[in-house]
Amino acid sequence: MSKLHIADKIFTSRLFLGTGKFGKLTEMTEAVRCSETELVTLALKRVDLHSDSDDLLAGLQIPSVHRLPNTSGARNAEEAVLAAQLAREAMETNWVKLEIHPDPRYLLPDPIETLKATELLAKDGFVVMPYIHADPVLCKRLEDVGTAVVMPLGAPIGSNKGLLTLDFLEIIIEQSQVPVVVDAGIGAPSDAAKAMEIGADAVLVNTAIAVAGDPLAMAIAFKEAVTAGRRAYEAGLAAAHPVAVASSPLTDFLLG
Amino acid sequence: MQSFENTFHQFNWNSVQERIYAVGPADVQRSLRKAKKTLEDFLVLLSPAASESLEEMAQLTQQLTQQRFGKTIQLYAPLYLSNECQNICTYCGFSMDNPIKRKTLNAIEIMQEAAALKAMGINHVLLVSGEANKTVGIDYFLKAIKLLRPHFAHISVEVQPLLLEEYEALHRAGAHAVLVYQETYHEEVYKRYHPKGKKSNFAFRLETPDRIGKAGMRKIGLGVLLGLEDWRIDSFFNALHIDYLQRHYWQTKYSVSFPRLRPAEGIIEPNFVMEDRELLQLICAYRIWNPDLEISISTRENEKFRNHIIALGATTMSAASKTNPGGYVVDPQSLEQFETSDERSMEEVRQVIYQAGYEPVMKDWDGCW
Repeated sequence: MSKLHIADKIFTSRLFLGTGKFGKLTEMTEAVRCSETELVTLALKRVDLHSDSDDLLAGLQIPSVHRLPNTSGARNAEEAVLAAQLAREAMETNWVKLEIHPDPRYLLPDPIETLKATELLAKDGFVVMPYIHADPVLCKRLEDVGTAVVMPLGAPIGSNKGLLTLDFLEIIIEQSQVPVVVDAGIGAPSDAAKAMEIGADAVLVNTAIAVAGDPLAMAIAFKEAVTAGRRAYEAGLAAAHPVAVASSPLTDFLLG
Repeated sequence: MQSFENTFHQFNWNSVQERIYAVGPADVQRSLRKAKKTLEDFLVLLSPAASESLEEMAQLTQQLTQQRFGKTIQLYAPLYLSNECQNICTYCGFSMDNPIKRKTLNAIEIMQEAAALKAMGINHVLLVSGEANKTVGIDYFLKAIKLLRPHFAHISVEVQPLLLEEYEALHRAGAHAVLVYQETYHEEVYKRYHPKGKKSNFAFRLETPDRIGKAGMRKIGLGVLLGLEDWRIDSFFNALHIDYLQRHYWQTKYSVSFPRLRPAEGIIEPNFVMEDRELLQLICAYRIWNPDLEISISTRENEKFRNHIIALGATTMSAASKTNPGGYVVDPQSLEQFETSDERSMEEVRQVIYQAGYEPVMKDWDGCW
């Protein structure tokens, strides 16, 4: 299977993991290992950057895994930029997952502030990975200002409702010049497989694994689903036909 | 000023009471089955009829909380700044007519207390005071926040109701949340519990969350004092308040606390005794109605209840709390606001959370905001 390129990095795994919501840090670390992910997000607000021995950071000290700070908690571009700069300094990475959700209920991303922050951060040398609505026009606007990827949502964060935005994701994937990572809402391995089958470059999963009865087994299930979905995409899925095409009643006259 | 008062006056205590007590088992089942719950469903879930479905409510509560918040409990501790108070409140240890030694921490003492909290691993701190505007007013709070901000990731404030511009100043100084409890929404009896002092102004207190919301504060904490009046009716009004605020101040987070009246020196006995089973029903009703609400459980509750509530809707807990100014190191003997029921250390509480399969979270915010 082809590898995924984002900025200067190459990923074999197309499954990204969020690290919130786990009941035990050790379980989170194990789930990360089982999933064979190479990229995990962690909320800057959860990390104690002043402490040398932050549990969360330490638990994710895995050589094959790239730690991607996110700006969760920021309500506008200014706050997100501040958080990204802090993270760059403390975690020595110029990658950032941009999350700006002024609405604390459904944590829906603010498209206007996200576009603004992406432009500022890209100019400042960041590899920006913005969490957004499945809005094809916004994706193109983000490309114009230098985003590294786009991360449209399948459904609200943590809702496990799957790919409610499927039709829009297909348009985004069709048009995108940057990798498309489906983020949020993926509730079951079948959702992840579906996202990969329609040509998403990667998926990001958190709640569905963290809150599963057995997070480790679920991490493996997602790994396998993502692989299967990608393999199917690369193999070229046979298109489904809405009706059987046995004969050609409308064009037979041409033969005569 | 736009405020909750208009909404509040569209409802009447007695008719809300009638509606709650008229709910039947079929109403409860219908509410539990609905995908999106409304305030009307919350009313149904508060009812005596709903207590028959408590196990089902508890299951739903656990599932909704885990989905939204994960298996985590955020820990904090209060830092009592002062017990000076010019209010008479019949249920409070700090009441002005209570002949106790009054104490307000100075800058050095604040830092001593803060150091003790930091040593316990506390990163989220709640600043508490009585109501003494001349000595413990906005200037005092701003100074305290300035001192504490470099040391804590998250600062909440539970002090007397302030003016809009004062809340704006607190927000700029780095306070992230303000807690203010109406105590009771029963306007007619409110005055009996609060006979003297600024707190006896029911309407001013009722409008306080509006001022906090307008000031752009990130989080507002509400609650009623459980034990004053019928908790079912008071809680309906509290939820009505949250519902109103969520529509108007949509960028703000909301948390709800459940202060059950505890014994304190020189105060009245609870008017309504709330049983553990009822408190659990109330917590479940909030969670099922509003999956995004933070639910905070203090050390007013005993060990057993707190151990079990970890997996039943709670998102935030205090631990190792001292409810007197200087209680951690400066003046451990000063009089407390209320007796705590869970005296375990921070480390012990953390272990209990681990044992429940949950992660105790010490930091879930950043001082950079």
